[in-house]
Amino acid sequence: MKKRSISDAQVLPKIVLVGNPNVGKSVLFNALTGAYTTVSNYPGTSVEVSRGVCEVAGQRFEVLDTPGMYTLMPITEEERVARAILLEETPHTVLHVIDARNIERMLPMTLQLVEAGLPVVLVVNIMDEAERLGMEIDTALLEEKIGIPVIAAATARKRGLQEIRAVIENAADRPQARFSYAADLESDIRQVADLLREEYRLSRKSLALLLLQRDTEIEALVRRTEGEQDYARIAQVVNGVVFERRADLHLRISLERKRVCSGLLAGVVRQSAVAGVPLAERLSNWMMNPWTGVPILLLILYFGLYQVVGVFGAGVVVDFLEGVLFEEHINPWVERLGQTYLAWDWLYELLVGEYGVLTLGVRYAVALVLPIVGSFFLVFSLIEDTGYFPRLAMLVDRVFKRIGLNGRAVIPIVLGFGCDTMATIVTRTLETIRERIIATLLLALAIPCSAQLGVILGLLSGVPGALVVWSACIAGLFLLVGFLAARVMPGEQPMFYMEIPPLRMPQPRNVLVKTLTRMQSYFLEIFPLFILASVLLWAGKMTGLLEGLVRAMTPAMNALGLPAEAAAAFIFGFFRRDFGAAGLYDLQTSGLLSAVQLTVAAVTLTLFVPCIAQFLIMQKERGWRVSLGILVFVSVLAFTAGALLNRLLLAGGVLS
Amino acid sequence: MKVSPKAEEILEALWIATEEAGDNAAHLSTLGIGPDDEALAELNRLAYIEVSGDRVYLRKEGRPEARMTVRRHRLAERLMMDILDVKGGEGNAKACELEHLLHQGVDTKICTLLNHPSTCPHGNPIPPGLCCEEAREQGRVGVVALTELKAGEGGEIAYLAADDPKKMQKLMSMGVLPGNRLQLSQTFPTFVFKVGHSQFAVDQDLAREIFVRKE
Ligand SMILES: [Zn+2]
Ligand SMILES: [Zn+2]
Repeated sequence: MKKRSISDAQVLPKIVLVGNPNVGKSVLFNALTGAYTTVSNYPGTSVEVSRGVCEVAGQRFEVLDTPGMYTLMPITEEERVARAILLEETPHTVLHVIDARNIERMLPMTLQLVEAGLPVVLVVNIMDEAERLGMEIDTALLEEKIGIPVIAAATARKRGLQEIRAVIENAADRPQARFSYAADLESDIRQVADLLREEYRLSRKSLALLLLQRDTEIEALVRRTEGEQDYARIAQVVNGVVFERRADLHLRISLERKRVCSGLLAGVVRQSAVAGVPLAERLSNWMMNPWTGVPILLLILYFGLYQVVGVFGAGVVVDFLEGVLFEEHINPWVERLGQTYLAWDWLYELLVGEYGVLTLGVRYAVALVLPIVGSFFLVFSLIEDTGYFPRLAMLVDRVFKRIGLNGRAVIPIVLGFGCDTMATIVTRTLETIRERIIATLLLALAIPCSAQLGVILGLLSGVPGALVVWSACIAGLFLLVGFLAARVMPGEQPMFYMEIPPLRMPQPRNVLVKTLTRMQSYFLEIFPLFILASVLLWAGKMTGLLEGLVRAMTPAMNALGLPAEAAAAFIFGFFRRDFGAAGLYDLQTSGLLSAVQLTVAAVTLTLFVPCIAQFLIMQKERGWRVSLGILVFVSVLAFTAGALLNRLLLAGGVLS
Repeated sequence: MKVSPKAEEILEALWIATEEAGDNAAHLSTLGIGPDDEALAELNRLAYIEVSGDRVYLRKEGRPEARMTVRRHRLAERLMMDILDVKGGEGNAKACELEHLLHQGVDTKICTLLNHPSTCPHGNPIPPGLCCEEAREQGRVGVVALTELKAGEGGEIAYLAADDPKKMQKLMSMGVLPGNRLQLSQTFPTFVFKVGHSQFAVDQDLAREIFVRKE
């Protein structure tokens, strides 16, 4: 992802949003910052952090949306980044956003933030849904008891935004927070805290607690700051306390926080009974039950993937942009310009020829790929915002465990149907290297991207039975290769746990912002590669290398039972997945392929090497060794499977 | 009649092979003993087993003893893991030594101390003893792994048995904390439960490590 920075960000006071996933942080972020948003990786990590600027009473602030975190003691890379931001950025205000329905569970993190000495404001979000559940929360009383500003909000409904701005504006007169743990625990903490002599961003109390909980990063920080000698003394005291407490100190601290929170919430939260199971909950149960969940999944795939991406994105929009705008207007115009002004033949070819940068590279990126991935990202963001993916993840976890992944991997795999390149980037979110490699391999092998899928579906639907053979081959190899990879790859089985957020009505604006952000970062990543691809093709054509390659591949084509002309489709396929499929389309319309040949070619091409963009991203994410290994493996397997399928279909007399 | 430790190991293996793995006999080779083994002769004398060639059968007379042996072994495992906090291969070895000592009411005491557990740390069933039946009749609640609950059941979270501190911390930070109420809503394909107003999905391995005091 490209990194951009807001030029004056360094001098602006910062507002940092923290909280669990699914509490409406991004909606609040968007509401505060409007359109001035950048998404970039946090330095040294692959975790994305959104930054924007907001203005409160004439004063400009930089707003940071941190990745979801459950506690101040990080486990995942996301949580580590979220804490690093708190540790390093000196916030003016920390907005701790919590879900009102789960106030009891999320309040302990507020305590952690408060005891860290951060300027915390508690935003009790999603109040509307809590009220629908019969919960009443007296935020004024809570504010009085906890001693920090507490705001009741429903950011999706614009409720509470005014109050949040007011609290940012009047940072000077915020009340003082107060609460304490049991006396013995407090004295333990003080013992350690009193030994810390240097200056830290987080309070000594908070550092002492983290030291007692054996947080290795904090240990390293204290060791660096205090020096080796003083640290040895601190470590000794910490070890003493931990030994004194033998029984799990973690648990004790968690239970103590829970006790403090129940005290704070006494009289604050009232729950009245509500009748009946709401529709959203019934729908949610249907989605998670395998018997009803699978049909629902198929419906989502049909409408989301086939209708919106295939028919609308790849059909209507592409026909207009590519067929009408480029072919009829832009291309003839640049070709005319080229003929008039470009004296050298090679330059003409490079810019506006058959594989020209403008006529092919730009046209493909803008008119073909952008609308298809754009419509896919729209559907993907829409589904994502309803909270469907965690439900899908729990549904497929068992199957995915068999192939060395866990349910969480369903997100990059589904994203692969939109664009494998994007999906390969997203495999970062998987927990272990082993999972990332297996997911990258499966994406490269068996997941056709939306553009390719669209063309192949169109081609094969004309031949009865071909679609069935194709799907069976691809699905079968996906499972088989995953199954074998899980056996061959060292490393432990991933475990699966996931919070399942309530189903929600997506907010159009949020969906739109997400889609556009994804399209933008995708485009910036992919566009140079398209230009590179057309330059390479051009060079191939000018030097005759392309023709040579086609000839060299004739034996392979023979093994597949395909005419030699099909080789071009495969070479194109490496540059763009759908490009290869489009090559098939040409062969098919000129009547060169039988039903069997068409099916074999489609299967081989789907399995065959990822496109050049995907390969380059694979290299970037996984390194040369792994990506080259995958490239070779996938190519060999694609041709072997194709040749076998050809024999089988001919021998069985299927499709002929 | 108390049999030798070696004979107890054989009975245990026979119980697992016949009652749990669904075979009708065990092989001498898999038991790792010869046909003229002393413990084998001892069991034969008691008419607990029948040997025919390479195959060893568990006779009706031997079943109660075998059942109690398995029970003692798995109770010992639970004790090791939950109370003594000995884990991994070492825990297993210690449990093997300990099980032979749990006679004459000691097993009942441990079973009661552990609140009549229904599974060993590996998820295998512990055959219930008289104490368990009594506790059930008196309506005393037992602590069971999440995997033992049926959809729709719930209870108070008693403890977490995760051996990986990170995993433990993750569960705790999601609100899966001793003392909180948990309601199981689904067991297949993954375990889905509610704590407070939040819903979580965990796989079988994690579900095995969450222990609930059943209502
Ligand atoms: Zn066991
Ligand atoms: Zn008992």
